[in-house]
Amino acid sequence: MRIDGKGLIDRTKPVRFRFDGKDYAGYKGDTLASALLANDVRLVGRSFKYHRPRGVLTAGSEEPNALVEVVGPSNQTPNVRATMQEVFEGLVAQSQNRLGSLRFDLLAVNDYLSPFLSAGFYYKTFMWPRAFWEGLYEPIIRRAAGLGSLSGKHDEGTYEKAFAFCDVLVIGSGPSGLMAALTAGRAGADVILCEESHALGGRLLSDGGTIGGMAAADWVASVVEELQALPNVRIMPRTTVTGAYDHGTYGALERVGLHKPARPNLPRECFWRIVAKHAVLASGALERPVAFPDNDRPGIMLASAVRTYLNRYGVVPGKRVTLFANTDQARATARELMAAGVQVAAIIDPRPDAFSVEDCPVHVGAEVIGSRGRLGLSGIQVRKGSEVIEIETDCLAMSGGWNPTIHLTCHMNGRPRWDEDLAAFVPMAGAVPGLVAVGAANGSMSTHGALATGQAAAVQAVEALGRKVQVPLPEAEDAPYRLKALWAVEGKGRAWLDFANDVTTKDVKLAAQEGFRSVEHMKRYTTQGMAPDQGKNSNVAALAVLADATGRGIAETGVTTFRPPYTPVSIAAMGAGGRAEGFAPQRFLTSDQASRDRGAPMIEAGLWYRPSYFPKPGETTWRDSCDREVEMVRQAVGVTDVSTLGKIDIQGKDAGRFLDFVYTNTFSTLPVGRVRYGLMLREDGLVLDDGTSARLGDDHYLMTTTTAAAGLVMRHLDFVHQAFCADWQVRFISVTESWAQFAVAGPKARALVNSFLEEPVDLPFMGVAPVRIGGVDGRLFRISFSGEEGYELAVPTRFGEALFRDLVARAETMGGGPYGMEALNVLRIEKGFITHAEIHGRVTAHDIGMAKMVSAKKDCIGKAAATRPGLWGPEREQLVGLKASAPISAGAHLFVPGTEVHRETDQGYVTSVCWSPTVGAWLGLGFLKDGRARLGEKIRLVDHLRGLDVICEVCNPVFHDPEGEKLRA
Amino acid sequence: MRLTCPLCGERDRREFYYYGAEDYLHRPSEGAPLAEWDNYLHLRDNPAGVTKDLWYHEAGCSQWLLVTRNTVTHESSAVELVAERKA
Amino acid sequence: MRYSGLKVITEGLFGNKGWKPAWREPSPKAEYDMVIIGGGGHGLSTAYYLARNHGITNVAVLEKGYLGGGNVGRNTTIVRANYFLPGNSEFYSHSLKLWEGLESELNYNVMHSQRGLINLFHSDGQRDAFVRRGNAMINQGDDAILLDREGVREHLPYLDFDNTRFPIYGGLLHPRGGSARHDAVAWGYARGADRRGVDLIQNCEVTGIDIEGGVVKGVQTTRGVIRAKKVGIVVAGRSSQVAAMAGMRLPIESHILQAFVTEGLKPVINHVVSFGMGHFYISQSDKGGLVFGGDLDFYASYAARGNLPMVEHVMEAGMTLMPMIGRAKVLRSWGGIMDMSPDGSPVIDRTHVEGLYLNCGWNYGGFKAVPASGWCMAHLMATGEPHEVARKFRLDRFSTGHLLDEEGTGSQHNLH
Repeated sequence: MRIDGKGLIDRTKPVRFRFDGKDYAGYKGDTLASALLANDVRLVGRSFKYHRPRGVLTAGSEEPNALVEVVGPSNQTPNVRATMQEVFEGLVAQSQNRLGSLRFDLLAVNDYLSPFLSAGFYYKTFMWPRAFWEGLYEPIIRRAAGLGSLSGKHDEGTYEKAFAFCDVLVIGSGPSGLMAALTAGRAGADVILCEESHALGGRLLSDGGTIGGMAAADWVASVVEELQALPNVRIMPRTTVTGAYDHGTYGALERVGLHKPARPNLPRECFWRIVAKHAVLASGALERPVAFPDNDRPGIMLASAVRTYLNRYGVVPGKRVTLFANTDQARATARELMAAGVQVAAIIDPRPDAFSVEDCPVHVGAEVIGSRGRLGLSGIQVRKGSEVIEIETDCLAMSGGWNPTIHLTCHMNGRPRWDEDLAAFVPMAGAVPGLVAVGAANGSMSTHGALATGQAAAVQAVEALGRKVQVPLPEAEDAPYRLKALWAVEGKGRAWLDFANDVTTKDVKLAAQEGFRSVEHMKRYTTQGMAPDQGKNSNVAALAVLADATGRGIAETGVTTFRPPYTPVSIAAMGAGGRAEGFAPQRFLTSDQASRDRGAPMIEAGLWYRPSYFPKPGETTWRDSCDREVEMVRQAVGVTDVSTLGKIDIQGKDAGRFLDFVYTNTFSTLPVGRVRYGLMLREDGLVLDDGTSARLGDDHYLMTTTTAAAGLVMRHLDFVHQAFCADWQVRFISVTESWAQFAVAGPKARALVNSFLEEPVDLPFMGVAPVRIGGVDGRLFRISFSGEEGYELAVPTRFGEALFRDLVARAETMGGGPYGMEALNVLRIEKGFITHAEIHGRVTAHDIGMAKMVSAKKDCIGKAAATRPGLWGPEREQLVGLKASAPISAGAHLFVPGTEVHRETDQGYVTSVCWSPTVGAWLGLGFLKDGRARLGEKIRLVDHLRGLDVICEVCNPVFHDPEGEKLRA
Repeated sequence: MRLTCPLCGERDRREFYYYGAEDYLHRPSEGAPLAEWDNYLHLRDNPAGVTKDLWYHEAGCSQWLLVTRNTVTHESSAVELVAERKA
Repeated sequence: MRYSGLKVITEGLFGNKGWKPAWREPSPKAEYDMVIIGGGGHGLSTAYYLARNHGITNVAVLEKGYLGGGNVGRNTTIVRANYFLPGNSEFYSHSLKLWEGLESELNYNVMHSQRGLINLFHSDGQRDAFVRRGNAMINQGDDAILLDREGVREHLPYLDFDNTRFPIYGGLLHPRGGSARHDAVAWGYARGADRRGVDLIQNCEVTGIDIEGGVVKGVQTTRGVIRAKKVGIVVAGRSSQVAAMAGMRLPIESHILQAFVTEGLKPVINHVVSFGMGHFYISQSDKGGLVFGGDLDFYASYAARGNLPMVEHVMEAGMTLMPMIGRAKVLRSWGGIMDMSPDGSPVIDRTHVEGLYLNCGWNYGGFKAVPASGWCMAHLMATGEPHEVARKFRLDRFSTGHLLDEEGTGSQHNLH
């Protein structure tokens, strides 16, 4: 019901929205909860387990009951707090977790079965017969469980992430937060002020009162106006600080577009990483419910929420309100309701010494012991001494006191301190370095206390920053906070602690009875505190009930840990930027467009894209193209882009000495103008990488790494240099992106290369020379990864595309052309060259037949650890070639023909295979126990997954040109 | 999480690569027995408290850093360049 | 007290007043035949199998906090047997077989659910590696099915097949893979051990290990001295500290692994799914929360909490792989402390001290190992000899080079 003249909503801007298929009207400034309550809609949801009817409990993000699905034009969002969702024109929402309609939820039968569904019941049953758990029980449980629904459709919404930096982060904009922000802002510090709600002011917007002689709302407006004018202050409404992380880093979620109709490019949310030198936690406190029997009916709300709906939204959630509270502060709710003309049927105050004079009946020393009303509250039972009074009421405002909102102070394992006077946990100072809790978040419950502690924390922060400031502290109420702890009321029936997970006081007591006496055991056994509100409404009361049941004090019983996020954060927001291609950087070759122009399918190679093959008309499968490209290279000439290989330029007097240390073989003796293949080990003795290094000058080498290991090798070299030989005269830098490099291979390679050179050179195999190509300085290497006479031509990156297009065009006039990764792979398998398919991190130089490359004359990285006994010997699998007349597969395992196939008889496995058009057979590389001693044997290849069972011949891995005559031609 | 690089200043953890404990700096000399290599490569004090470990400013200055750090609180109290470390 | 559906009904009818404690709360005796340090999943299952398989019941489990408070209570609950190196294969295979009868074995519903695990791959090279793995699984006697892209689409139609950085080439389906209710596993073993006479002693921190002449004699605790003929250290997450009490320096570095759960949702993910190009694996619990995780934070830590870079990486991976989860909200994140070993595989072995045994180094794969780890640790402690399926989990394998490196990333502790 809407009350005239109250609230901060904009009554000139009516808004139409829809809930469960019915149209309603609200105003700009309303939340879905306030607008529904204004329309007298009390039933908004069903509980998790018993499917009890539920209404709005709170007015904030801690809401456990009023969770709805918001339905957008393209997708829906589950578990939206109606108390946080602002209404906008066209908002569509629906209730969730029901079978049938909200009024007639078929799963409400669970409520009648509740005696059998007590805490942990599922651990004790559903075990027989065994197959029924997965076949019957579990599917039923899964369907019944859960809250809202995802649509199953891709989330196409826009989300963002951002970094921000500041001197002082102020979390919350109630009196303490505003005072902190104002103080730090006036001092000239960079301030970020985050407020979870859409409006600044915190409880000042709900509670009224005066500050510095002004109405609280006016004081808020004046402070906000001043802060907005300060260039060093950034105000972030609709932003929840969700987590405190190391070294002043905070996570924060900004709801950018959730209060507006969806439109393209309007981000829904932005996840902020805020790095703050100082932080002020002004997050206030959360009022706590009282666990009395049947305390979960729609219409039973927190007193502060009733007050918020009245003062902030001009809404009264009932016609005959009652108040059940144990603090003086909560009385204001009743008084303000009466002042607004609302009937207050009674005030029930459990404190025997509470004052009893109000403009309505007051029952001191009394407790609410029950409620009635099927889909909403219609009356309560009050016990006063030995008397039980029935009171008709459709809205009960309850308060069991307040819990400081200390969550962020616990995110770095800080344990809160139990404050007996407040009957609440307060933060342990210093629990998050740089974060100071103020105001109600730190147990200062009066407005004056909030203003003073907010200011003090800001002064402390700005002084630490070397700034000075003096801001007068406005006057405000400073009433003492006095309460008698009241957690649960004994009585018949179930009394809810955790509304969201349907955990009652009985469940907690049962947990204790069954030995789950540790607070963590109780939580896990009953699921208390594990629901969407993460126990914000129930943790302390549940703890109190457990403490009582186990005969311990609350402080001794301890607390469970608050962990990030403070309020739930969408995966899309924290994962913003990850969708589709945004997940990882894309690296493109200079030849990328030229390859695509030729129809080459581009495949991912790490972060790079490389051409798979270059289809010609009439070729219908990749194999057609691949076979042709292989033959083209073997008979004429092929061109392929090898720029993805890592290139490291190494210079200095000690460059050769350094290479000797990181490679197993020797490079200091390599003549200038020559290239050598090198093998690199990890310090643990296994193969790290391989590649060629060229000596360009006396003190100048160029190292090549594999594509996959480029970054890893660079990091490794930096470590070896800086850790072990920082005094050597050697410096190096990655030049991978600086050079475009193309392999030219085949019998006509020399002719093709020479057609480009201003002065043709006659390079020996494994030679390197500077060359000039079309007026550009380049480099020519005579190396081969195909087994043919091969060259690699390198030019500065900007000339790469032009050179590639030209190379391919001229190659085609010679019967050649481009070749892709598939052909490259076949060519190297035919030649027995290894890649990371073979050097997969578990192989040694010995395994791949390169033990002789580990120089005996010098130390090198990995040499010592490679001598461990387990890394040698015939029981290890060694690299071999495999040849077969039928298709074979990588990933297959090897067995001795005639033996059984199982783990104990396993002889090895296959790493790479191809159809070889050159050899006219299926070829493979693989690892076989004692393989080098078994050349010529028949071996059985079994691939269960692909249904292959083939006899192969074990061969020398070099199938093509084993003497290397073509290479040296 | 932030780390202060002696060359670049305070930077986000995303810029750094973590390797392992300081032990990796104490490479056994050539010919040392395998037990020493085991100690060097594998065995760790692994303290719950202050430790020294190795970080690489990979997205920064490419310097390896020796960081004195608390493994329980994540407080870091000193950072020095590996290349210029005091023995 | 035996649990059953009938018992739940009869108790329900009488106000659930008759349920007895799941375990006793005994005071420690002065001496036991065997003491297990650590009341987590592995420690509790060790105690259970000591009693069940070997009849050794004069046993105490000493837990410094509450039972099941370590990694068994903070993980992503995945149960699988998809290892490929001999030494690992037979062990995890054995473990999965134990999982398959665990409810009736323990008379406790641990909600083991074999909904199938799918490891996705995104390149030809990854496919080859997964085929090698799948064949090894079948050679071991377990199950694996190779799915092509369309096969994956049939199982997981909600993945983004069309607009993604790393296209889905296919997946390896492990039909017997799945998940379980993690706390229930700890509680089930605890209750089972207790019923067989094992003393489970909570809030009892071991502060020293008494060794005389190279032989273990007992432990010092916050609740007094406890003598024992044999002592097992089963404290993954704190292994280095406890082993140091016996003068040992372990091949372990401790790291944080974070995991996440969303608010409850109606069923939307049936399998356990893992991404091949980023660190992301996910399943949906029976309660409806999406449970997912990523990789280590990568720096040594005992903080049991992590930082945002890995959090965001995991979420980004989720968004590129299955953008339909975007509007699910992360309810809670947590961090566990992982014993990272130099080859990613665990240790179940004797030590240099007679009567002192070590179980550690579970990296972040310890949950699924709980049954077999306890089975093999109990065998080792009872007989003095390694169990057949755990014989390669030697403590000295790093010095001898008999490595079990499934990832192939080498001796750097945090890369496994």
